[in-house]
Amino acid sequence: MAKMRGAIVVDIERCKGCNLCTIACPLHLVTLSSTVNHKGYNYAEQTDWEKCNGCTSCAIVCPDGCITVYRKKEENDG
Amino acid sequence: MLTKEQLIVPENRIYGKPTLMNETPMHYCPGCSHGVVHKLVAEIIEEMGMEEDTIAICPVGCAVFAYRYVDVDWIEASHGRAPACASAIKRLWPNKLVFTYQGDGDMACIGTGETIHALNRGENIAMIFINNAIYGMTGGQMAPTTLMGMKTATCPYGRQADLHGYPLHITDLAVNLEGTCYVTRQAVNNVANIRKAKKAIRQAFENSLNKKGTSLVEIVSTCASGWKMTPEQANQWMVDNMFPYYPLGDLKNTVVKE
Repeated sequence: MAKMRGAIVVDIERCKGCNLCTIACPLHLVTLSSTVNHKGYNYAEQTDWEKCNGCTSCAIVCPDGCITVYRKKEENDG
Repeated sequence: MLTKEQLIVPENRIYGKPTLMNETPMHYCPGCSHGVVHKLVAEIIEEMGMEEDTIAICPVGCAVFAYRYVDVDWIEASHGRAPACASAIKRLWPNKLVFTYQGDGDMACIGTGETIHALNRGENIAMIFINNAIYGMTGGQMAPTTLMGMKTATCPYGRQADLHGYPLHITDLAVNLEGTCYVTRQAVNNVANIRKAKKAIRQAFENSLNKKGTSLVEIVSTCASGWKMTPEQANQWMVDNMFPYYPLGDLKNTVVKE
């Protein structure tokens, strides 16, 4: 069965840790990091990236455009 | 099973920062609605292929530095005078996409005269109106659009009708003016609303190019810092308090799509 696979890349230094992506992710795969960037913000990061289907919700709500989304259909025989 | 390295390659990139938005870090507070609207504007101009043919007018207010972030031609107007400035530009350059980007203090208070007359003359411009019910840049003072009972720096006991008057519905005023062709109220608090807002701004831009009249797109926004909330609390507060007073949807649309 074909399955959508996705992953996000966060521009850590641009992120202001507003937490909106965390709320927007329907699968709750985005969280704020425990470490901070140079501005002192806890930046967004993806947990459990294997579950991401690349729906782009987190990137659409990001006010600073820090999130880039990658998506690919994976053909799976099993 | 795909590995992360196989997935994160340029041909799989489906969404990211629009190329018209440059690398300059935005000065907006975390979670500010301005960022989302800037991103939508950049995306739409890119999709329309108008990168070289857009002239935008910045307001005075939080969006005063909009010219730093979106890579099109901008003019900085004096406080509230963006519609007057845009009128002149559109008349001199009728084939350009001309839009103003204003906040509530700029459009509904200091520039009310310019706004009403530009709307009434039916100038072929698009106006984006960010309504967050507060003066964000100067430290959270009361704006004309501040809700009844809402506390701000200059009305610490809440807005009262006998002392401060009533909130000004500039978008509802625009509906009754003959020059306007498209008046709508949108929000950018979640994915569905952001998609609708994008469609609305796109239509306003197309109306400007097709010389249909003035389009006004109000975006009901948050001001997390001014309201003294976290971005998520601010979004919730907006849904609970702003939406009943400023209901979303198209208020006027005289443009029939072919």
